[in-house]
Amino acid sequence: MKISLNWLRDWVDTGDDVPALAHALTMAGLEIEGIAAAGPQLPGVVVGEVKSVTKHPDAEKLNVCVVSTGAEEFQIVCGAPNVRAGMKAPLATIGAKLPNGIEIKRAKLRGVESAGMLCSAKELGINEEASGLYDLPTELKVGQDLVSALTLDDTIFEVNLTPNRGDAMSVQGVAREVAAARGTPLHPPVVEPVAATITDTFPVRIETGQTPDAPVGCYKFVGRVIRGIRPNAASPFWMQERLRRAGLRPISAVVDITNYVMLELGAPMHAYDLGKLSGGISVRFAKAGEKLTLLDGREIVLTPDVLVIADEWSILGMAGVMGGEDSGINDGTVDVFFECAYFDPNDVAGRGRRYGLITDASQRFERGVDPELQERAIERATQLLLDSAGGKAGPAVVTRASRNYPVPTPIRLRHQRVEHVLGAKIDASTVQSLLERLGMIVRGSAGEWQVTPPTWRFDIRIEEDLIEEVARLHGFENIPEAAEIGAHVPSPWTETHIRNERTSDLLVDRGYQEAINYAFTDQAYQAALCPEPAVALSNAISAELAVMRVSLWPGLLQALGSNQRRQQPRVRLFEVGRRYAADRETEVIAGVATGSVLPEQWGAEPRKVDFFDVKSDVEALIALTGASEEFRFVAESHPALHPGQSARIYRGERPVGWLGAVHPEHSRRLDLTYPVFVFELETAAGLAAVVPEFEEISRYPAIRRDIAAIVDESLPVEAVRAVVQQSAGGLLKRLTVLSVYQGQQLQKGKKSIALGLHLQDTSRTLTDNEADALVAQVVEQLGRQLNATLRDQ
Amino acid sequence: MVGLARMRLGSEHREAMTLTVTYENLDAVVAASLAEIAQSPTVQALEETRVGLLGKKGSVTELLKSLGAMDPETRRVAGAKINQAKQTLMTALEERRAALEAEKLAAQLASDAVDVTLPGRGQAIGGLHPVTRVRRRIEQIFRNAGFTIADGPEIEDDWHNFGALNIPENHPARAMHDTFYFPDGRLLRTHTSPVQVRSMETQKPPIRVIAPGRVYRNDSDMTHTPMFHQVEGLVVDEGITFANMKAVLHNFMRELFEKDVKMRLRPSYFPFTEPSAEVDISCVSCGGSGCRVCKQTGWVEVSGCGVVHPNVLKAVNIDPERYTGYAFGMGIDRLTMLRYNVNDIRLYFENDLRFLKQFA
Repeated sequence: MKISLNWLRDWVDTGDDVPALAHALTMAGLEIEGIAAAGPQLPGVVVGEVKSVTKHPDAEKLNVCVVSTGAEEFQIVCGAPNVRAGMKAPLATIGAKLPNGIEIKRAKLRGVESAGMLCSAKELGINEEASGLYDLPTELKVGQDLVSALTLDDTIFEVNLTPNRGDAMSVQGVAREVAAARGTPLHPPVVEPVAATITDTFPVRIETGQTPDAPVGCYKFVGRVIRGIRPNAASPFWMQERLRRAGLRPISAVVDITNYVMLELGAPMHAYDLGKLSGGISVRFAKAGEKLTLLDGREIVLTPDVLVIADEWSILGMAGVMGGEDSGINDGTVDVFFECAYFDPNDVAGRGRRYGLITDASQRFERGVDPELQERAIERATQLLLDSAGGKAGPAVVTRASRNYPVPTPIRLRHQRVEHVLGAKIDASTVQSLLERLGMIVRGSAGEWQVTPPTWRFDIRIEEDLIEEVARLHGFENIPEAAEIGAHVPSPWTETHIRNERTSDLLVDRGYQEAINYAFTDQAYQAALCPEPAVALSNAISAELAVMRVSLWPGLLQALGSNQRRQQPRVRLFEVGRRYAADRETEVIAGVATGSVLPEQWGAEPRKVDFFDVKSDVEALIALTGASEEFRFVAESHPALHPGQSARIYRGERPVGWLGAVHPEHSRRLDLTYPVFVFELETAAGLAAVVPEFEEISRYPAIRRDIAAIVDESLPVEAVRAVVQQSAGGLLKRLTVLSVYQGQQLQKGKKSIALGLHLQDTSRTLTDNEADALVAQVVEQLGRQLNATLRDQ
Repeated sequence: MVGLARMRLGSEHREAMTLTVTYENLDAVVAASLAEIAQSPTVQALEETRVGLLGKKGSVTELLKSLGAMDPETRRVAGAKINQAKQTLMTALEERRAALEAEKLAAQLASDAVDVTLPGRGQAIGGLHPVTRVRRRIEQIFRNAGFTIADGPEIEDDWHNFGALNIPENHPARAMHDTFYFPDGRLLRTHTSPVQVRSMETQKPPIRVIAPGRVYRNDSDMTHTPMFHQVEGLVVDEGITFANMKAVLHNFMRELFEKDVKMRLRPSYFPFTEPSAEVDISCVSCGGSGCRVCKQTGWVEVSGCGVVHPNVLKAVNIDPERYTGYAFGMGIDRLTMLRYNVNDIRLYFENDLRFLKQFA
């Protein structure tokens, strides 16, 4: 909201120190976001009156004018087409310097002396769009310095109001805050009631709601008929100037006045063309399907929770939001009906937004308007209209609903509670005077008061609201910083929970860079990789961010792809985040890797990352649990993955993740360099740790036996390991896969798996014979269960 | 080849000496042997020389054996001389051996020398996202201050995101939130504040938690991303005050930025706190003198905070007469920008390695 400091000064002493005023308001809760000058400095530019205009003897498009500044007359050569005798226009005299850098000098134009320059608003830096001479209002005094004539020596505050402070959305409201913050009195301009000179009125009825639960949210409607105004009259220049500074465009006397009163007092008004109203006005809820053509020409269909103003034939406007086109003021309007009503915030809030309407009126009504303001606003508007457009006023008619608006009730405030909540000592007398500055009525003793807020502070309802008022006027900076003396809150620090810090650090140490992707992604991109149902947003920002991710892979692969396209052949990324199903959110840790296994370097043959490199990263994560033996990698297919390089990760019987190479078809389609490896692992279920339990260390030597078993090439190593483990029993302390061989030395369709068996007993030294017997037993079982032979035989 | 020839020479020489060493030519033999030892090229050649002189059948050994046949007087004189000769030779042999081994070690060390300026080999480390770095700092600072870390769903219901936080339907504050909705009426949380409510639903005071996490707003431009990170803080206990909140936040800001930053609270409005404030700190970029980061004001806005509204406490059945509390929320992404001078928030989610690697 823009506020002119000059306008504010009609109401309150603001002091001369503008930055200090802005700071004081900001620190009292009305944030001043910007401070701007209303117009440029224009030394040497005055109001000139064009006395005569004659054609230049030697130039078709130039005129020679005599321009008066009251005391003197100057000969000015002017090229503007709209110059005419009798007009008032800005005259830049010799020596004046314009904002565009032009310095005015005595000059000869096509042989004719020119002692200055008549200016456009654009040349003066007042209006960038203007063309032609600035046709000044005739009421300006000739010879007056232009800046003071136009009151350009003004400052505009940009106020950022919080939604609770509807009361401050006006010059009056900001002035009240200035008065409270500075501790100075308010001196509002006097508004005298305008006596009726005609008896005309227009009937208004506030209907009761359809049900007692939903009464019509209009408590008061002040209406007034004014007949016989000059059609198409303009508002006075000073008013137009103030509207412009508030960011509004002057339109006509009637419209400008309703806006002016709203800006000044905070009461939105509406003006109808009385000639277009029929029967009487009723305030009611819309009937389903009723239509309204808005002032902006749009037709909207209303729902029954929208409060409307209607006459006997049609809907005239959406109450508190916007009027309709059909009943509005136009150039021919001579009879006016003013409306200034009080609408309940609950019956205005959100209605306009639903139709894309955020208006000056709706912003005020949904925050709340002083319910005592309407009569004063009507009087103010009537006087202004009579002054600028003539006409005769009928009586102001106040129509009230059967139910009245809530009257402010006293609120209990305890001095002890103020200090208890704020943690600051504030004298009782200070508390009382701060509240009184805000227009509150404070009764009671110093320890406990009954405080009645003024009608415009409908946001004040409970004791804490009052404490906040005291705090902000006392100054947050005057509340000390005090260390807490609190009870210790025990932390749920479980050892089985592996913190994300640990898993992330592990991947970082293994060469992965952490990424953060949006939680929503492209539906089609994701569905091709992970077809499980994704939760779709109702109001997505774009198709690329339309559904919640069901896996971290789509985001990571997109990031991988864009990095590859930015000449990064080696990419390793990971992310910790959630995937979303309709009924749950699951945190996972996921990674992608492509390019060489090691960064490019000397002394190491470049090798592309493969399945087992990434598996090793996953196994490292798993090892953090201290329960690696609980995990299995099972060859299962996944739509995103290469069918021959795809493993589902199980912990016990529970699937907790996937690992694999991205399917070459996807790599091609997504324009990724092949191969790309991906993994994803649930953190809660997959990476819960076990608390270690000590096991006796054997004091006896271990024996190592290596065997090489020849089996069918399709047999997973895991099957061989399982048989060895089960047949060797408890003496087998460790089993290592030494090599896997396939080739000419073997029968086609076979492979040789070399295993290292580490045998040890905890209570005695194992003999060679015992070890040999155990190995023989293992070999026999391998032969029996897997049809394996030993490679040596 | 050279070594081999010398060895052969040495053994011929030894045979000659075995035949000729006598008590009489002992001095000459010792002198010749010392010369040979001094020139012995390898430990192996030296060992052969030693065996030839002092081995079981070495010439000096043989000479010693011959002492038995001498008369006592001669034997005493000769014995002393031969033993001295033996001692001389042994010392010379030992010194030469030590010298040769030192030479050998020096040669090996010389050949083992590497160019220490060559880069190391192996895997290079990756790095954490800058937002994670700052998030960890935040968590650590608050953990040290006695806070625990809480968490909640990102797909929230209306009650936890708005209703319980004193933001009823049609409240103007909702318009500031640009909420993402799902067809079933749920939404993506617009702030981490619902975790406040969830914490109070499941814990009894004293409560002292922070809740970092992702939040979502339907807003995307130069300075907004539709997802960003916040950290919520909540303290509820008997006797908690606005003044306590000021202290905790100011200490936090000083620790996070490792500077004695100034802090000011400006009155503001949040439906779920009262009094409410915006938190400004003196610009960490210019120190308060005015720059591009603080738009010449000397202050940067970093957080919102306030005393927990009694309606919020009542909504979770905590007695606001007995307990008071404060809450705060801050944008982690914004703090990260200030901490590392990042000037474009959109970089966070583009995951460009050239950006990410700057924070390893």
